[in-house]
Amino acid sequence: MSVAEPATPGAVDASAAILIEKLNLWYGDFQALLDVDLRVRAGAITSLIGPSGCGKTTLLRSVNRINERLGYVRTTGSIRLWGLDVLDPSVEVAQLRKQVGMVFQRPNPLPLSVRDNVLFGTRVHLPDGRPPNRVEGDRIVEEALRQVLLWDELKDSLDRRGTELSLEQQQKLCIARLLPVKPRLLLMDEPCSALDPAGTEAVEELIWKLRGDYTILIVTHNMAQARRASEECVFMLLGEIIEHSDTASMFLNPANDQTAAYIEGRYG
Amino acid sequence: MFEATAQNRRNLKVEGLLRLLFLWMTCMLILPVALILGVLIVRGGPAISWEFLFTQPMNNMTAGGILPALVGTVWLVVVALIASVPVGVAAALYLSEYAPDNRLTRAINLAIINLAGVPSIVHALFGLGAFVIFFRFGTSILAASLTLAVMTLPVVIVATRESLQTVPLAFREACWNMGATRWQTIRKIVLPNSISGILTGVILEVSRTSGETAPIMFTGAAFFLPFLPQGVLDQTMAMSLHLFVISTQVPDVPEHMPFGVALVLISMVLAMNGISIAFRVYLRGRKKW
Repeated sequence: MSVAEPATPGAVDASAAILIEKLNLWYGDFQALLDVDLRVRAGAITSLIGPSGCGKTTLLRSVNRINERLGYVRTTGSIRLWGLDVLDPSVEVAQLRKQVGMVFQRPNPLPLSVRDNVLFGTRVHLPDGRPPNRVEGDRIVEEALRQVLLWDELKDSLDRRGTELSLEQQQKLCIARLLPVKPRLLLMDEPCSALDPAGTEAVEELIWKLRGDYTILIVTHNMAQARRASEECVFMLLGEIIEHSDTASMFLNPANDQTAAYIEGRYG
Repeated sequence: MFEATAQNRRNLKVEGLLRLLFLWMTCMLILPVALILGVLIVRGGPAISWEFLFTQPMNNMTAGGILPALVGTVWLVVVALIASVPVGVAAALYLSEYAPDNRLTRAINLAIINLAGVPSIVHALFGLGAFVIFFRFGTSILAASLTLAVMTLPVVIVATRESLQTVPLAFREACWNMGATRWQTIRKIVLPNSISGILTGVILEVSRTSGETAPIMFTGAAFFLPFLPQGVLDQTMAMSLHLFVISTQVPDVPEHMPFGVALVLISMVLAMNGISIAFRVYLRGRKKW
């Protein structure tokens, strides 16, 4: 069932931000996702774990349809965000990506000033390409940087290039630049894997703080991170979802043997 | 236990010999450049004067200056640039930023490689047929410059595309994921960070274009025309053809004149290359990411 008309968000299932049903995805002849069903609770942090190549990044990238850039990808099934099917042909990807922000493994701030990095999204979505005025721009920048705990560090260096910051600051800036366009869902693809332990801790803290205001879906290789920094946990293996439960019970008491083996580090 | 064995010593000997050989080959590379420049400066230098650069040729081109050829070459190059840069940059943008990897794209790439391999005299005949005769531009700066433009198009496309590719994919992904269109991404991120490289490519193209002879011979360059061109539909003299003419076609030209013309031509090219190198140094000096 695909819902094209603008139903009120959440009309179908009030507490589900993402509802994926029978999602199959092929890269050419290789099937990367098999009949994936997933319900992601709104306002929570859900982590996707599993060994390399299990399809967790593919699943993440299906949600904002960034996979489509590769011409040989084929998808069936449905991915509904707040009741609306994102695979429907009537969906405008620019609007979809406004609602669904993405954070990458390697921090990728743009080669612009900190200020312009934060304002980039706003400018992209405005008709004339720039924010209404300087004051409004300043307000947006301050608000976004405060939300990611960077304001105090960077308020005097808003003209520095984003690419010159420390990796931790870069990653926080990459999160900050998503916020001004008011996304409802943040996708994070191993957001801490390029950071040092201190940076990891800081970014994890930030993600934890953003919980509630945003629904967060995070892919991680790091079992400890999933355990620390997520409320629900999804274990994937070979393109299928094996287990999905709240994080505490998955780590204490996994229902599936393969999950248990992976969590204990017997493979991966 | 750390002493050299006989095998070590043999290896070292081979190593040393090869090193010398490669060094020698590299020096051989510099030799022709140095010789050409040296000969031109020694034999053409005395010909260079304000009068030589800024007066008309006289006495059946055996005296006087090279002004019409100098101005003509500038005309040819500028018009060729106006024609080839927009097309080349647009094509490179399409191939680098938009084109999917399919048969059409691969065919286009093949065409570009082949276009670069077409001999210049064939381009000349194409220009004669297409621009001079079919489009009725006559033998004119326009026809000659368009011929030059077609010939240098692959260079512009390849240089531009390489320069676009130096902008990391991560920047594009970041933009696309914020809902930016391809064009917004190009305008705000890709072009500002590759424009210097593109300019470098364009300048290199200028220097190549200014020396070409064959493509302009049938399409717009005149043997002897002691007037400055007034517009793109005029014929014109050009440095490269003028050099050929006074070296081989006109009797009793004083020896220093062809050398002088060659010296001016090569100075133009080297000056352009110098600017291009300066750009690249500036580019490297500016740390961007």
